[in-house]
Amino acid sequence: MSADHAERPAQPAAPGREPPPALELRGIDKRFGAVHANRAVSLAVAAGTVHGLIGENGAGKSTLMNIVYGYHRADAGEIRVRGRRVDIHRPHDAIAAGIGMVHQHFMLVDNLTVLENVILGAEGGRRLGAGLARARAELERLARDHGLTVPLDTPVEHLPVGVQQRVEILKALYRGAEILILDEPTAVLTPQETVQLFGLLTRLRDQGRTVILVTHKLREIMAVTDRVTVMRQGAVVHETATRATSEAELAEKMVGRAVLLQVEKGPARPGEVLLAVRDLEVRDRFGVIRVRRASFELRAGEILGIAGVAGNGQTELLEALAGIAAPSRGQIEYLGRDLGRAGGARERRRLGLAHVPEDRLRMGVVGGFTAQDNAILGHQDRPAYCRGGFLRRAAIAADCARKMRDYDVRPPEPGRLLEAFSGGNQQKLVLAREIDGDPRVLLVGQPTRGVDIGAVEFIHRRLVALRDAGKALLLVSVELDEILGLADRILVMFGGEIVAEVPRAEATEQKLGLLMAGVREGAA
Amino acid sequence: MSAPGRLPRWVDLGLLPLVSLLAAFAVSAGVIAVVGENPWTALKLLAAGAFGSQEAIGYTLYYATNFIFTGLAVALALHAGLFNIGCEGQAYLGGLGVGLVGLALDQHWPFWAILPAAVGAAAVFGAAWAFIPAWLQARRGSHIVITTIMFNFIASAVMTYLLVNVLIKPGQQSPESRELAPPAWLPTMRALLGRVGISISSSPLNLAFLVALAASVFVWVYVWHTRWGYALRTAGRNPAAAVYAGISPARVTIVAMLLSGALAGGLGLNEILGVQHRLLLDFPAGAGFVGIAVALMGRKHPLGILLAAVLFGALYQGGSELSFDLPHLNRDMVVVIQGLVILTCGALENLFRLPLAALFARRRRVGEEA
Repeated sequence: MSADHAERPAQPAAPGREPPPALELRGIDKRFGAVHANRAVSLAVAAGTVHGLIGENGAGKSTLMNIVYGYHRADAGEIRVRGRRVDIHRPHDAIAAGIGMVHQHFMLVDNLTVLENVILGAEGGRRLGAGLARARAELERLARDHGLTVPLDTPVEHLPVGVQQRVEILKALYRGAEILILDEPTAVLTPQETVQLFGLLTRLRDQGRTVILVTHKLREIMAVTDRVTVMRQGAVVHETATRATSEAELAEKMVGRAVLLQVEKGPARPGEVLLAVRDLEVRDRFGVIRVRRASFELRAGEILGIAGVAGNGQTELLEALAGIAAPSRGQIEYLGRDLGRAGGARERRRLGLAHVPEDRLRMGVVGGFTAQDNAILGHQDRPAYCRGGFLRRAAIAADCARKMRDYDVRPPEPGRLLEAFSGGNQQKLVLAREIDGDPRVLLVGQPTRGVDIGAVEFIHRRLVALRDAGKALLLVSVELDEILGLADRILVMFGGEIVAEVPRAEATEQKLGLLMAGVREGAA
Repeated sequence: MSAPGRLPRWVDLGLLPLVSLLAAFAVSAGVIAVVGENPWTALKLLAAGAFGSQEAIGYTLYYATNFIFTGLAVALALHAGLFNIGCEGQAYLGGLGVGLVGLALDQHWPFWAILPAAVGAAAVFGAAWAFIPAWLQARRGSHIVITTIMFNFIASAVMTYLLVNVLIKPGQQSPESRELAPPAWLPTMRALLGRVGISISSSPLNLAFLVALAASVFVWVYVWHTRWGYALRTAGRNPAAAVYAGISPARVTIVAMLLSGALAGGLGLNEILGVQHRLLLDFPAGAGFVGIAVALMGRKHPLGILLAAVLFGALYQGGSELSFDLPHLNRDMVVVIQGLVILTCGALENLFRLPLAALFARRRRVGEEA
């Protein structure tokens, strides 16, 4: 502690007493229309610590951090930085108060170099040259001090995601951030990159800076934080030293009831081959090869997991199998019959090949439609929903109401607009739609992305039940926990290739992580 | 978390357009006052001119008929995510089709046989003119806003060429075709209602109005109650989801534009067979563009389009009365008022949406806490 005092401006703390918290929030209250996003939230983050803020989607943690960073203004309450009250109306004020934020989606200009990105908005003068030279010297110092090496003259679009994130952190530090807020920073990282990030955060802490880590991943909280605050429905429900808690306890506080973190499932009983993929090659619309000579078989009664860092060809593989993208080479055989190279999502769904797409909002649902209209997407031509070209409105509504009951979609109102449902309930609706058609093969991408823990449990149980009913599941997920929890066999994709097949019994996070990062083991 | 700005249905569909409309009228009143006339007198004259007599109502609905056709055309395309600015040209060509049928058949066929042929020709010609931009959009990615605008100019040039060089009545100076024989005329509303014993004053209102109402019902059924309409709305809102669902967005683009063009072509029935009884230049008179405002103001729903079309019909009709009575207000003032209505109802919709949303959110909260 004493080392920081030399670097920092004098603090108004009375001598002999504990120094004031780096950041203190008192009674922060915020409403968006009818939604009470933050309810009298009070939070103290001690200087020189890593503080975790955990909660489900919609628990209000992002709103709280956006208030701290000046994107929103609180309806009531105050913000204190190092004991002094500050008014934060916009991000500029937050930066001036020594607060920096690293967003989940990077705020970088792709075609500018690292150096240009860092000084963007802080050019310091009319002429760029002098500012750049000063920034370079400063950045080199920061990089030395924190072990934050990045190539300053490379355009950021050429950098891997993990390095781009370091650029974001550098940007915040360059602007003098003493308090660094990271919003879901590991969503795009490999396990190894995550370890590196946590190392960096620990170093920053040891040098006296304060880190606030916003996440919904329990493991990260346990791995790197000193204290943790749990939010639920806009309010702080729990705060504790990380040492004194466990993942199970945190999960329970987040959801408000005990949850099963591990899916219970028996051994798989693989049956006949339902889907056989041979030498599949998929190119994107620019002709770049996205999936390279992929071959595998999918059997009835098993869950085949595909692990990989996002963007390594899983999306394209899934779309090719679902008939959305046409492969440029290779064969897809379903029930011993070649599906051909042509598209035909409609035809494949009719044959029993259902698909829960990776990006629900982009592809799996239609915003602005009601739940019942979404519940027939892709099945709109089935006689149950449509006769002589006319939609059977009453039947569609009744059918949707039944699905909502079966899959615990809340609130169970078929006529409600899709946007009025939480991510978890939207996903349950998509799952209901695809499973209800009684498919033989289910292609599932990121089944629990943006879904709260309670719904995760439900969805995982449904997927296992489907497997036990003798269906074949292909599961694409970037969450290693999900792959390890559900899959019976695991394929690892890297750079568009299936680089390894690992039986579940031999799979460890370490092993998969290395494969996902492109490290080929001689013994794999 | 529900997005801020969601409103109860009746506010969204009823109150919001009304507030927008009142704002437009308020600004118009200011403009009228600046010109030196009494806004209240002007408003009264406008209302009387549009609705003050059977004849006035007839004229208002006659104008509205054109706007219903083009409003439906724009709305249907919008549901498919396409901004069809080419209704003007499609209506122009639709009228050509109607006129050609009339010129070819009026000496030989009775009315009841000419009517379906004319309706078909209006639809086919309008659709054909929309097909080329649709195909270019679907297969070549040429932006439909650009191509449909350009096709308006091409339509205009084609029609001028045809009327000046081909269809012109021999021995005549003005570029018009010969007058159609009565079997090709659409009966007026006066004649139709006279058959069932109701007597109304004479006006240009004719059978085409009923065709427009039928077209409204068709659009409502098609868009919300058929699987093709489902595909159309899906592709319009989320093309990626459409592909996922096995719907081809390119196909939807072409089908939606064909239907849109066909609806726009309906205007030709009203103008050529209903009123002018000959082919002439510039008969759409901007109705294709007014259709954009009508579709937006009517929230892309046939019922709303009907109401918005009547409003614009009233502005046209009442406005021309206005310029007779108040010397300072010429037709351009009416264009100003229409422009303001389009501005507040179309472009500045969110100006009132956000305050209204905040108001209702507060009311709801007070209600919850009470």
